[in-house]
Amino acid sequence: MPIVYPHKTEMPCRDPEERRRSWDEVAEGYTAERAIAEARRCLNCQDPVCELGCPVNVPIREFVRAIAIGDFEGAARAIRRRNLLPAICGRVCPVEHQCEATCALAGRQDPVGIGRLERFAADWVRQHGNGGETAAAQVWREEKVAIVGSGPAGLTVASDLAQLGYPVSIFEALHAFGGVLRYGIPQYRLPKEIVDEDVEHLKALGVEFVRDVIIGKTVTIDELLDEFGYSAIFVGTGAGSPIFMNIPGENLKGIYSANEFLTRVNLMKAYAFPEYDTPVYRPRRAAVIGAGDTAMDAVRCSIRLGAEEGHIVYRRSENEKGARAEDFERARDEGVIFDWLTLPQRYLGDENNWVRGLECIRTELGEPDESGRRRPVPVPGSEFVIEADLVVIALGTNPNPLVPHSTRGLDVDSHGCIVADPETGATSRKGLFAGGDIVTGAATVILAMGAGRKAATAIHEYLQKQHTETVAARGEEAQVPTSEDVAASRLDVSFAEHEIEERHRGYGDGTVWARDYATASELRGFVESFRRRMEGDSEIVTNGTEHMNVDGSSDFEGPYWEGFLEGAEEVFIEGSGR
Amino acid sequence: MTTLSYDNGLVMDTTARIIEKHDLTKITKLFVVHAPLVARNAAPGQFVILRVTETGERIPISLTDFDRDAGTITIVVQEVGRTSALVNALDLGDDFLDFVGPLGDPVPLPEDGHAVLIGGGFGTGALFPLARELRKRGVRVSSIIGARTRSLVILSQLLSKESDELHVCTDDGSAGYHGFVTGRLEELLDAGAGFTHCFAVGPMPMMRAVATTTEKRGLPTMVSLDPLMVDGTGMCGGCRVSVGGESLFACVDGPFFDAHQVDFDIADDRLQIYKEQEKVACERAGLGR
Repeated sequence: MPIVYPHKTEMPCRDPEERRRSWDEVAEGYTAERAIAEARRCLNCQDPVCELGCPVNVPIREFVRAIAIGDFEGAARAIRRRNLLPAICGRVCPVEHQCEATCALAGRQDPVGIGRLERFAADWVRQHGNGGETAAAQVWREEKVAIVGSGPAGLTVASDLAQLGYPVSIFEALHAFGGVLRYGIPQYRLPKEIVDEDVEHLKALGVEFVRDVIIGKTVTIDELLDEFGYSAIFVGTGAGSPIFMNIPGENLKGIYSANEFLTRVNLMKAYAFPEYDTPVYRPRRAAVIGAGDTAMDAVRCSIRLGAEEGHIVYRRSENEKGARAEDFERARDEGVIFDWLTLPQRYLGDENNWVRGLECIRTELGEPDESGRRRPVPVPGSEFVIEADLVVIALGTNPNPLVPHSTRGLDVDSHGCIVADPETGATSRKGLFAGGDIVTGAATVILAMGAGRKAATAIHEYLQKQHTETVAARGEEAQVPTSEDVAASRLDVSFAEHEIEERHRGYGDGTVWARDYATASELRGFVESFRRRMEGDSEIVTNGTEHMNVDGSSDFEGPYWEGFLEGAEEVFIEGSGR
Repeated sequence: MTTLSYDNGLVMDTTARIIEKHDLTKITKLFVVHAPLVARNAAPGQFVILRVTETGERIPISLTDFDRDAGTITIVVQEVGRTSALVNALDLGDDFLDFVGPLGDPVPLPEDGHAVLIGGGFGTGALFPLARELRKRGVRVSSIIGARTRSLVILSQLLSKESDELHVCTDDGSAGYHGFVTGRLEELLDAGAGFTHCFAVGPMPMMRAVATTTEKRGLPTMVSLDPLMVDGTGMCGGCRVSVGGESLFACVDGPFFDAHQVDFDIADDRLQIYKEQEKVACERAGLGR
């Protein structure tokens, strides 16, 4: 009897009233019980279309099934094969546009909560010992790789190449690593301890992290290649330069770019002023212009800084907003006021030149523009004022010009983005690769990671070719890895083998194929985890010949169960586990 | 701090250690910092951003000197608040927690002519690399430096080494010319000094006064703006200044701008954003301001 649960298992969240004044993480994550319940909603499709929706092709079906049988470490291991930052992605990926959009359940019922499950698996191994991936990789190749920027793209490239045995140095302009994960995404959405752990993990792989080096200023790309002897460079400097509207009053005090506001709050921890020395203005009424992820971050930070009212001011309608569904809903729950179809025209200041409000005009949506979204058209005579003593402009960013301006022979497009092959990240300069927002303009963490993954593969190919040519010129044999090197290079760059080997564990309709479990204890782990979710309900477990009534107090220990499960061809489970 | 060594003997060392410290005034210190990576590409007109404690701010400080061969950077820091007080409490052998640069665009300098360099207060520190480079190019250099009183005049000896003439001004007349730097500048202009370029670094009112004077006289002038800054790499826009009606970022488009295009009202105003918080921080640190 198939068990259908049409809705995603709820993820516990702290109360909106409480979190309006707290920087602690809002979403508390699944418990093991809830994770298993949610994982069991997966249909285990023959053709896992969810994986097509993932920019880094995480083996979603495999890890979800591992969670379903209570093998959380196995789940984390499966994810880590393709995604070194699962605790981060499980929190910040716009899953509703990616894996969960292509989930076979989507449309008919809620898709499987893939993002929440990814977060659960990652957090579980963070809290319960090793994720099976902490041993140091050995650096055995001679070609050195430099990575510019320690954001999601750079961290992905660093991780992939370190695991292939390359010596990797990662250069960061700021005093802390993580890029947007550090300065942009707030603590309540992504605790910085998680970013720290991921960086430590890469250090353990042998990656050299160098802070306080601004490539393009302290050292140039040309110097890295020509003088410091790097064989290849990846540029992942992000979309650095904030866009202003150039409307009157923009230089009044109390008006910030989202980058400045969030950097003060997150990187510099201005919310803890005066324990931390960097200040930020604590508003009474905040207005944030824009409706993307960054805007939601800014308005929710402003509320946590004490704003009684936080407004989102957006010239289009709710339908066109760019923010993730989850963050939008949380902002709404925290009392954010949404002024849709509202276009700021100028800022008003008080006698001290501090901003006191925005003069806005109402808009209505006209014909679609070049972005495909309906163009907002001002409604004449509809001017009105939104009062605010803090304004944050979250209208996106332009690429940071430091690398493009200081590098010979590097092509950029009319927006200032580095021109790079979308499949390889290769630029017009030999040995120089780029990816993430510096190429695409402002996008998401996971897309940057996807670009990093492709670039890492391309850099590996490029360096292998270089290596063959170099050693041929020297009249030597090509450097070959020892078996230890191979063991240390755990990255599955071809990504094909594990998919072929993957055991297809038939599951999803209440039937477990015992033959798909390597050991009886693995099977017992599953049955055990299922039992835990029962709250007094009776279940029938059968191995084909014997039937057992079990309930929440059943104990699976002991020789009888060993035998029951050991001899099983298949185990049917029916009942109302939740 | 990290040190990476390379096969060809190069080293990438981000350590920044204080190897000399001098008192210029009671509240103004000069530090020579061994920071070879920052010195490597340093140029006149640039600055560094530094941090002293884990909970500390990032603050920009102009370069007073750099020596690429010795791997040193010289900075002058005046105690004006919490973070500058922390810097000035550092001692010989101490490392900065973070010391990043060189930042900003090098100041565009002329190839010939007669430049007048004007420094006010501890802004005088930023003039020296300009003077040296100008002289190297064969540009005649006149320097005018000002302070409230004799004991606050700094770096006159150092600057005189790279100046064809040096004019000291004090508000109270305790040394040199009695009056503001602009007064002396006007005198020299009236006497037919024949300046072709002017560079001014100092407190905002001084730079504004210099700009007003030189605009009247048609003397091209650049000033170094020192707005509030966070990252220093063009990322935050907090250091935006209005120049010729356009918003520019001092950290990547400056710090030197055409003085006759700068909106000093806005620049001055934006320095006051955290006045209240600075008071709190100073009181908390026992700085009694």
